[in-house]
Amino acid sequence: MTLSVAIRRPLDAFSLDIVFDAPADGLTVLFGPSGAGKSATLAAIAGLAPTSSARVDLNGVSLDALPAERRRIGFVHQQAHLFPHMSVERNLRYGWMRATETRPIAWDAVIGVLGIGHLLHRAPRDLSGGERQRVALGRALLSQPRLLLLDEPVSALDAARRDEVLGFIAALKERFGLPILYVTHSAEEARRLGDWLVRIEQGRVVAQGPTAELLPARELAGEVIAPGRIRVDGRDLDMPGIDAPAGSIVRISW
Amino acid sequence: MLSPEEWQALLLSLRVAGWATFWGLIAAIGFAWLLARHRFPGRILLDALLHAPLVLPPVVTGFALLLIFGVEGPVGGWLDRALGVRLAFTPAGAALAAGVCAFPLMLRAARQAIGAVDPALEDAARALGAGPVDRAVTIVLPLAAPGLLAAAVVGFAAALGEFGAVITFAASIPGETQTLPLAIYAALQVPGGEGAALRLSLIALAVALVGLIASEALLAFGRRRAAR
Repeated sequence: MTLSVAIRRPLDAFSLDIVFDAPADGLTVLFGPSGAGKSATLAAIAGLAPTSSARVDLNGVSLDALPAERRRIGFVHQQAHLFPHMSVERNLRYGWMRATETRPIAWDAVIGVLGIGHLLHRAPRDLSGGERQRVALGRALLSQPRLLLLDEPVSALDAARRDEVLGFIAALKERFGLPILYVTHSAEEARRLGDWLVRIEQGRVVAQGPTAELLPARELAGEVIAPGRIRVDGRDLDMPGIDAPAGSIVRISW
Repeated sequence: MLSPEEWQALLLSLRVAGWATFWGLIAAIGFAWLLARHRFPGRILLDALLHAPLVLPPVVTGFALLLIFGVEGPVGGWLDRALGVRLAFTPAGAALAAGVCAFPLMLRAARQAIGAVDPALEDAARALGAGPVDRAVTIVLPLAAPGLLAAAVVGFAAALGEFGAVITFAASIPGETQTLPLAIYAALQVPGGEGAALRLSLIALAVALVGLIASEALLAFGRRRAAR
């Protein structure tokens, strides 16, 4: 089960020459600094951007010959882009109604996993950022995609919402098992969600492999020795912000 | 309150302006879509030509229409011979003249309305499986609708008030082509006609004000609806 991608596309600062194979089950992270061409790659895979040459094969099915509206590729961005003139429910039904073949991804399952049942009759402008992203995810899932593209879906959210939505993404990954390409420049998100990692810099793939190998978690453990004071790696540090009781374990990761 | 002749002028005006707006809006949406979304050679020239009635003296526009659509003109002659249809000096002609003059205003408003629809929304619709016609009907037109309605209202008001092009192409035939502005002008030519002219002018003012207020309200509604 493989997703095979080869995209060549001229951009402003450099040209994109991306070639990678990813497992078609599980979540693959496209990881790299801002401006590396990760979002441009997703746009090209979705068929929403002009390319010099593109090959997108999912389990042997060639997607690049199809126009974007027939590729059945779900796409969620940093901004939810919910249709403002439609209620949440009509937004969710938009892709659902245009999926004319079988619908293996069930309506109730999506609403349940993303916890958006109570939002159905609201207008998009009345939702919080986190709620909008969950609706956007639901809308994409209900269109019965064979591949889901997530372009930094949580980077516009504050830390608490970010954590919450990442939890929902992990849940939908578990529940629906469809291949996901996830763009981020956050190592934390990559480690949390990614099975496979493709590292992109300056429009080229510089490494690919299991996330654990390419982004080993770096972590130090320490102990709180007195309120506001911790001992890490043999050193004592003043950390007035840490109000945990003495004996608590402190973990620093990066 | 109004004499039969004054009623006649008002109703004729509303009919002429109505048809002018109807056809003008369809043309305005068509050209606005074309200009807003497609690049082709000669685009700038077409854009300028479509705006010409805005900057030409209306009498010149009327005269140009006579040259093209008059019975001796290329299009008018063909219409007469092939379909027995004449436009010059008829209510349909008055509508054509008023419509041509109001068209550039409707074009600008339509283009703004269509251009204001976030392309990211269309991309989202596309990824969800909507083809180009589907997207136009379910996403772009509904979001542009308040602005397009405002374009219609402004166009109607402009068509209602058009004088120079109408009197040149359609003349001032009471009951046929004598719209409100032409009737006001005719009243002022007659001694003691100031009373009639004043009444007709107030009617024209009232219609114009209603139109402008409705247009503003529609635009505000459209802005609120399209927010986020």
